[in-house]
Amino acid sequence: MSADKPIAEIGETPLVPAHVTAAYISDAVSGVTEQAAPIGWWIIFGTALLGLGILGVSVGYLFWNGIGSWGNDSPVAWAWDITNFVWWIGIGHAGTLISAVLFLFRQKWRTSVNRFAEAMTIFAVMCALLYPTIHVGRVWVLYWALPLPNQMAMWPNFKSPLLWDVFAVSTYFTVSLLFWYVGLLPDFATLRDRSKSLLRKKVYGAFALGWRGSNRHWRNYERAYLILAALSTPLVLSVHSVVSFDFATSVMPGWHTTIFPPYFVAGAVFSGFAMVSTLMIISRQVFNLKDLMTMKHLELMNKIMLVTGSLVGYAYSMEFFIAWYSGNAYERYVFINRATGPYWWAYWTMVTCNVLVPQVFWFKKFRTSIPVMFAVSILINIGMWFERFVIIVTSLHRDYLPSAWGMFSPTIVDVGCYVGSFGLFFTLFSLFIRWMPMIAMFEVKAALPGAQPSHHAHADDHADAAHAAHAEPAPAE
Amino acid sequence: MTDDNKQKRPVVLLAEFDSPDSIIHAAEKVRDAGFEKWDVHTPYPVHGMDAAMGLTDSRLGWIVLLCGLTGVTAAVTMMQWMNGYDYPLVIAGKPPDAIPSMVPIMFELTVLLASFGAVFGMFGLNELPKHHHPVFGSDRFEAFSHDKFFVSIEVEDKKYDAEKTRALLTDAHATYVELVEEEVA
Repeated sequence: MSADKPIAEIGETPLVPAHVTAAYISDAVSGVTEQAAPIGWWIIFGTALLGLGILGVSVGYLFWNGIGSWGNDSPVAWAWDITNFVWWIGIGHAGTLISAVLFLFRQKWRTSVNRFAEAMTIFAVMCALLYPTIHVGRVWVLYWALPLPNQMAMWPNFKSPLLWDVFAVSTYFTVSLLFWYVGLLPDFATLRDRSKSLLRKKVYGAFALGWRGSNRHWRNYERAYLILAALSTPLVLSVHSVVSFDFATSVMPGWHTTIFPPYFVAGAVFSGFAMVSTLMIISRQVFNLKDLMTMKHLELMNKIMLVTGSLVGYAYSMEFFIAWYSGNAYERYVFINRATGPYWWAYWTMVTCNVLVPQVFWFKKFRTSIPVMFAVSILINIGMWFERFVIIVTSLHRDYLPSAWGMFSPTIVDVGCYVGSFGLFFTLFSLFIRWMPMIAMFEVKAALPGAQPSHHAHADDHADAAHAAHAEPAPAE
Repeated sequence: MTDDNKQKRPVVLLAEFDSPDSIIHAAEKVRDAGFEKWDVHTPYPVHGMDAAMGLTDSRLGWIVLLCGLTGVTAAVTMMQWMNGYDYPLVIAGKPPDAIPSMVPIMFELTVLLASFGAVFGMFGLNELPKHHHPVFGSDRFEAFSHDKFFVSIEVEDKKYDAEKTRALLTDAHATYVELVEEEVA
């Protein structure tokens, strides 16, 4: 297994500079939670709280007046709310991809990024869950979506993709939270052991569950991590597939296509990596963690964005081809209307941001330039929002009979509900980076050069059959 | 547990090591000496340590399998009973108990319960949470989560001998050996 060899042997350069040791990692990462917050953090947190306030006011207004205060109309019954839902849940995909899929592929560079991305996943899914919740209109009967006995003696319709979504998204949230916590456990122990004040010791100690780094524990711990990664990998693919079923199983032109599940998953990974990149660039600057989140990490992420951006571009062109090839007049019209109709500007914003802009990452000069990658990551997120807007609004606003056509324009409440979700996200995220280890300390330590025993040759001293049977170490990072 | 009888008794012998190489050699020595109630404490999982300690494979997979099977069974039973039997819903002309549309939720519940099995099964096998443990009695032990490596041997182990066990650990290049004591009630 190449993963167990010293990285020099497989022709790779170390992930972190030479002066980074296990002690350096504990100090640098835990230090963020132990020292006074830098001014940059207060700026982000303050702005985020303002956004959270906007969300509170918007949602409160919405609950009081009903969802008629959104711009949704007939025929555009799904608009910004579902656009925002799909956008946020897509962003949430990068976390699990980085922590689970890259773990199974033994990509050790993930260790600097995964904690961060997992936190982002959880907060993004929380933002996403907000929209279907408020879109049902009568939030007080939201529990009808669950298979609970009720006064009508009815059960949910399990043939509805919307119900699949309830199960998929809530499972995804729960499993992501568990995965995140399991990863945090040894790092909480580090924070507990470094604590100077009794309060910190008690709080971090409570979360650390009495972790004592026992190898008898690591054995089960690593197996649990491996199994969770193996379970999360199909899960993450299923979640956005199920989200795409919300559209694909309907008979709307522009939605009723088999390409949707893979197309949505690729887009989700694409936007998720862009968001991780945005957050990483800010955090490593604010907290001075450039030795742990290095240019190499950012460059690798940019490569993934280039790949997934190109996949998304392929999906756009394939959709057009199939619309023509299908010979279906309605299907053809939807796509011509997307590119040249009243929402042409949304379509071309999407193509520019998602397909054209990431192509700059073919060039190493741009791939390793902080300003360029920051701008690109923001543009990708804008582009991915427009992708969902285009899919939802341009399909709905002109479907079959021209007499039923209409237009959508957002209201201030729409804007407030969207802008406010950034407030929720960044409030949670700034609290996370302030109080929790934002880099998986024990995983980075385990991946350092020299962190693992240099050879297993000494096994011949006392090799017997029982021990030899277990000579292959458990997959670890 | 009053202050009057503050007697102390030794519970665990703790040895500190500096490097992954020295800890793995020490673990092999302790294993070969035939100890049973002992452990290794490392800041991160050390490759090859399970073999060096002579540990068997984790049994967690079986717990997860059981939980996953429970998940899929529960999903099928629930949906078949609710939509197919108790209140049949005919949607899009399909049989009320059609299996294909139930696949997504079968999958989700399998994953959900299997994940619960993985996490809580791991806690169960590791007997966590457990906030009190004799090793925490040592002031030096907290470095385990920083960059040090420890071997702990319980005094209760049959092979334990105050002199010889200490010598064994010192010979294995322990940088520090400490007999951790615990207050007796």
